[in-house]
Amino acid sequence: MVEALSLDNIINSIKLNLEGLVKSISISKGYIEVVVDASHIVEAALKLKSMGYDHVKSITAIDYPKESKIRVVYHASSYINEDLAKTIIGLTADIPRDNPVIDSLSQVWRSVEFQEREVYEFFGVIFREHPDLRPLLVIPELAEKKVLRKDFIVKEESIYEGIPHKY
Amino acid sequence: MKESPTSTSDVTIKELETRGIQVRKIEKEVYEVFIGPQHPGSGHMRIIVRLDGDIIAEADPDIGYVHRTMEKLSEVREWLKPIPLLERMTIIDACNITVPYVNALEKLMDKAPPPRASYLRVLLCEINRVASHLYGFGIFGVFLGHSTAYMWAFGDREVFVELAEILTGARLTHTYPIPGGVRRDMPQDFPEMARRAVKYMRRRLIEYQRIFLDNPVIVKRLEGVGVISKSLAAELGIVGPNIRGSGIKYDVRLIEPYEVYDELEFEIPVYEEGDALARTWVRVEEIKQSLNIIEQAVDWLERHKGELILSKDDYDKLPKLHKEIYEKTGRVKLLPVHASMKIPAGKAVARGEAGRGEIFYYVESDGGTVPYRVRVVTPSARNAIVFKYIVPGHKLMDLPAIYGSIDYFPPESDR
Repeated sequence: MVEALSLDNIINSIKLNLEGLVKSISISKGYIEVVVDASHIVEAALKLKSMGYDHVKSITAIDYPKESKIRVVYHASSYINEDLAKTIIGLTADIPRDNPVIDSLSQVWRSVEFQEREVYEFFGVIFREHPDLRPLLVIPELAEKKVLRKDFIVKEESIYEGIPHKY
Repeated sequence: MKESPTSTSDVTIKELETRGIQVRKIEKEVYEVFIGPQHPGSGHMRIIVRLDGDIIAEADPDIGYVHRTMEKLSEVREWLKPIPLLERMTIIDACNITVPYVNALEKLMDKAPPPRASYLRVLLCEINRVASHLYGFGIFGVFLGHSTAYMWAFGDREVFVELAEILTGARLTHTYPIPGGVRRDMPQDFPEMARRAVKYMRRRLIEYQRIFLDNPVIVKRLEGVGVISKSLAAELGIVGPNIRGSGIKYDVRLIEPYEVYDELEFEIPVYEEGDALARTWVRVEEIKQSLNIIEQAVDWLERHKGELILSKDDYDKLPKLHKEIYEKTGRVKLLPVHASMKIPAGKAVARGEAGRGEIFYYVESDGGTVPYRVRVVTPSARNAIVFKYIVPGHKLMDLPAIYGSIDYFPPESDR
């Protein structure tokens, strides 16, 4: 049996393959975070794919209103290569909150197609060159409200508000 | 008729042609057929199918009818409260859905459950897996007009739902794992019941094979239908028994063992054919493996009676009355501090193998009493893409066979 690649080996090979693209690389709990510039995301994804990372498990967007940015994370891994399958790579890019546009990776990884639509409807992130960018789960009227952004507050009905509690 | 998205359909047809399936170009006379969302075997989703004759030229899965904004609701509830919320997306597979979320919290808290709690989690996960596969099997029977399979599978599922009830107190939404442990210990008569259930199910699977899997009518409907090649399966990123039916040996329990899966002996069934029949066989073989795991877990739990089911420091914090309740009934009564606990700032990823495939959680904390972000990607959400890329090129009558073989579960997909 081939010995599993250590995390250090993987980090080194990513540094080597993505030379000049990586802003920072670090080990997070459960995955390796690779931060790249948003303008280099397609290039970085292509390089990762050629290394053997053949699918994307999740696309997460995280809203940071204080820093006025939205962070987009593609969690990629491998099916075919069993050694690479043991680790998850978090390909991360920050984009401005008031103009959230990023290149779509659907031409690199087909598995991102539906999830990019999901990030589009919940955060309003525009994926350039996406073949079919329309809301996936909710109706367009609701998608306009960008409900997963932090400034959308979930209102809970308080039925007993205003009733004085006197005994 | 609406303008169809052209660029992707071109790619699809090109891909399908490389796999040897003849696809006609979309003619002018195309019928648009809405399958769903009211339950014609499709559940709470709709597939918009464009038909050229009776050949499906294009399929657009329209999902989201049972979307419940679980990711947003998780951000406004204290750390423990998303557990009963999240498991409601797949109530038939509740423990498999919640264990990775709890694992993510444990990673952030640097906390590990004691071995007994891990074995109890695995036990319930495998009971859920068997019940979930039987549920899918029953629905599949309905799709193919085989009502006996439906009756049998749903009847036999009850055996495992009852087991789960004896263990946790709830038939479906167990809310069993909590960070650092589980909520209830195994009752004394449980091992005997579990062994009987295992013995019963092994016998029944032989009968299932005779009436369903080897049935020439069923084989004709499934063989060579909805073929997903190995490379296409990886490209589409599908999960679970579907990818193992396409020759890829990927199971989170094997790749990145969580809980105590590395201490247990089981095999990962893999089939090379990639068609609907292979996917069905994977599920049946997986039931057999889950039965083996249930036996091993029960044996271990019997040998290690009296061990804690809650981490030591959590147990020490319990007041005297709570400890008494725990000793007498094996039930962990949580304190209000649990509900208002703070979790150190950080981000964690956890994955697990649910009945329908890999479930993925990304959890971020800013050090407060509620999660900053919870991202959950469920197996069905990742399998939905199959409808768009695999269904075209087939006859309309093959759609139920493909749908059933994927074991798609709309509430899980919509979250």
